[in-house]
Amino acid sequence: MLEIQHLSVEVEGREILHNVNLTLNTGETHVLFGPNGSGKTTLLMTIMGFPKYHVTQGTISFHGKDITDAPLDERARLGIGLSFQRPPVVRGVKTRDMVLAALKDKSRPEAVDALAGETDLTDFLDRDINYGFSGGEIKRSEMMQLLAQRPELALLDEPESGVDLENIALIGRLINELLEKGSKIRSRNSMGLIITHTGHILDYVNARNGYIMLDGTIGCMGDPHEILKEIKEKGYEECARCAFGSARRVE
Amino acid sequence: MKSARGAPSGARDVSNSTKPKNSQKEKARAAAEKPASMGEDVDLKAFTAEAEPHRYQEDPSSLPPATRNKMLEAGILVDTPQQRTGTYIQIDNTPVHHSVKQEGVEVMAVSEAMKRYDWLADYYWKAVPVDTDKYTASVELGKNDGYFIRAAPGVKTDLPVQACLYLSKARLAQNVHNIIIAEENAELHIITGCTTSLGKEPGMHMGVSEFYIKRGARITFTMIHSWNPEFAVRPRTAAIIEDDGLFLSNYVLMRPVRTLQTNPIARCNGENATARFNSILVALPESNMDVGSRVYLNGKGARTEIISRAITTGGNIVARGFIEGSAPQVKGHLECRGLILDNRGTIHAIPELRGTLAGIDLYHEAAVGKIAEEEVEYLMARGLSREQATATIVRGFLNVDIEGLPPMLNEELRRAVKASEKDLM
Repeated sequence: MLEIQHLSVEVEGREILHNVNLTLNTGETHVLFGPNGSGKTTLLMTIMGFPKYHVTQGTISFHGKDITDAPLDERARLGIGLSFQRPPVVRGVKTRDMVLAALKDKSRPEAVDALAGETDLTDFLDRDINYGFSGGEIKRSEMMQLLAQRPELALLDEPESGVDLENIALIGRLINELLEKGSKIRSRNSMGLIITHTGHILDYVNARNGYIMLDGTIGCMGDPHEILKEIKEKGYEECARCAFGSARRVE
Repeated sequence: MKSARGAPSGARDVSNSTKPKNSQKEKARAAAEKPASMGEDVDLKAFTAEAEPHRYQEDPSSLPPATRNKMLEAGILVDTPQQRTGTYIQIDNTPVHHSVKQEGVEVMAVSEAMKRYDWLADYYWKAVPVDTDKYTASVELGKNDGYFIRAAPGVKTDLPVQACLYLSKARLAQNVHNIIIAEENAELHIITGCTTSLGKEPGMHMGVSEFYIKRGARITFTMIHSWNPEFAVRPRTAAIIEDDGLFLSNYVLMRPVRTLQTNPIARCNGENATARFNSILVALPESNMDVGSRVYLNGKGARTEIISRAITTGGNIVARGFIEGSAPQVKGHLECRGLILDNRGTIHAIPELRGTLAGIDLYHEAAVGKIAEEEVEYLMARGLSREQATATIVRGFLNVDIEGLPPMLNEELRRAVKASEKDLM
């Protein structure tokens, strides 16, 4: 279970998130909508523990443990994983090295080849990570690394952006595998928090809750498909009016 | 096909520089005080040219274990010679072993080769002028030997020839002069290890290496240096490459050295001649290195690639690269990347391009900096500690896959780099 309470976050001296509250139970998948610059990525990066994101108020707890001040690598080892929206190129470090680094069961290095097959990245294992990768290849590579890591909390930052239609289905399948969608909620060990701009991923991945993030706060919460429909019909401006104008702001 | 003992094809082509040996001596005497155009001026008077002779070893595996281990660190295998086509070992001023097991390949002391072949004088000081500076002059005037390696026309070595220049006497200035010839369509792979048994005492190594790559021939040359913090090193290398020839040179220096300056030159004179240089340099605190590569693309369609990777953990590195294009359809790429792991160190990258013709294609990229925090964090997000993430990135930085190098040598190069990583992390 992930529990975020009254979280405010500053980046380079500017407060980006204000009093965010969110609870995610094991087995569940929640989706974050919101316009560009609303703070969605900041929330994910803060949960993951990147040093640039300073928590000025509030707490983050994971399976009952307060991780608000835990370092990035410790959080990864505790079972939190992030698929980057725009991961850096690391020259000389091979994709295989990254998957091996992430691999949960280090006694089975051969699993790397199977994962590469599954994500259609066999030819990429011996290439420098992210070097010359297309948008879709980056997303699949991020999914491959997460499938190696098997995190209990998967933070997915726009997993479908830049992916062609054919490959969105593949990404959807990989997310479902990562989040154990084939099992009943109660028997799952993982949970997911997904940022989506277009909502396309919802055609492939079921989610329980949707949130709209507006100007660093969570504006409203509800059924993700309904929320997406509202956004498509009325746009985020109407969301803001509705959320802040009519006091439907979620505390 | 001519026998290995016969006069090489093309020997006449280079004979225009044939001059009596005396004239080379005269030129050397005139240049005896001439400082090099770059790098710290080393006082040669602080060193001696005299060293006691060493006994010839029929079987180099009978050398003392400590010596063999040092050689191994520089890529020289004396215990498993079956992995080599031939071996040359020189300790101080004495050639102590030479052997070869492939017909058409010759490996011997250059002094011996000079006695055997009159035509070799045509190659002596042809690629590197004797009066380049006081160090080349010292090699001519001092008691020098060195190796002679030649592949007869069409002969290809599968396994590398190895050559070791070993320094065991404190304060010795070791002068060596090497001549390497790949005749037409021959292929030679060479690994050279230069090292010392001295732990802290000073020493000096001056090595002239002249490479002649004939039409359609290929030489890959991998040089691993392993000195000590009191050493001064001045290699002087040049290669002349004819039509369709290839010279691939790799240089690795990851151990301490007080001062090292080298700026090997490749002259791609033939049509479609190719030169490729890769250097891997690590400057530990108090190490000073000035390492470059110069390529002249003189033949139509000639190509070059110069790649250098430099890391400082406190020492100083000047990483130079120079490409001149003066013939139609030449291509050159220069890439110089430096990583600063300690604020006491400096890396000065000097990439230079010179074009004298329209239609040539030369470009360079240079980058010097510390490890990007974003990259470290990316690896940490997969569960690596900061130290593990940094080490992985540094290892990746040094991991240069060298195109055209036989897999075995690529593997050995990787092993040499890995062996030195311990000092780095």
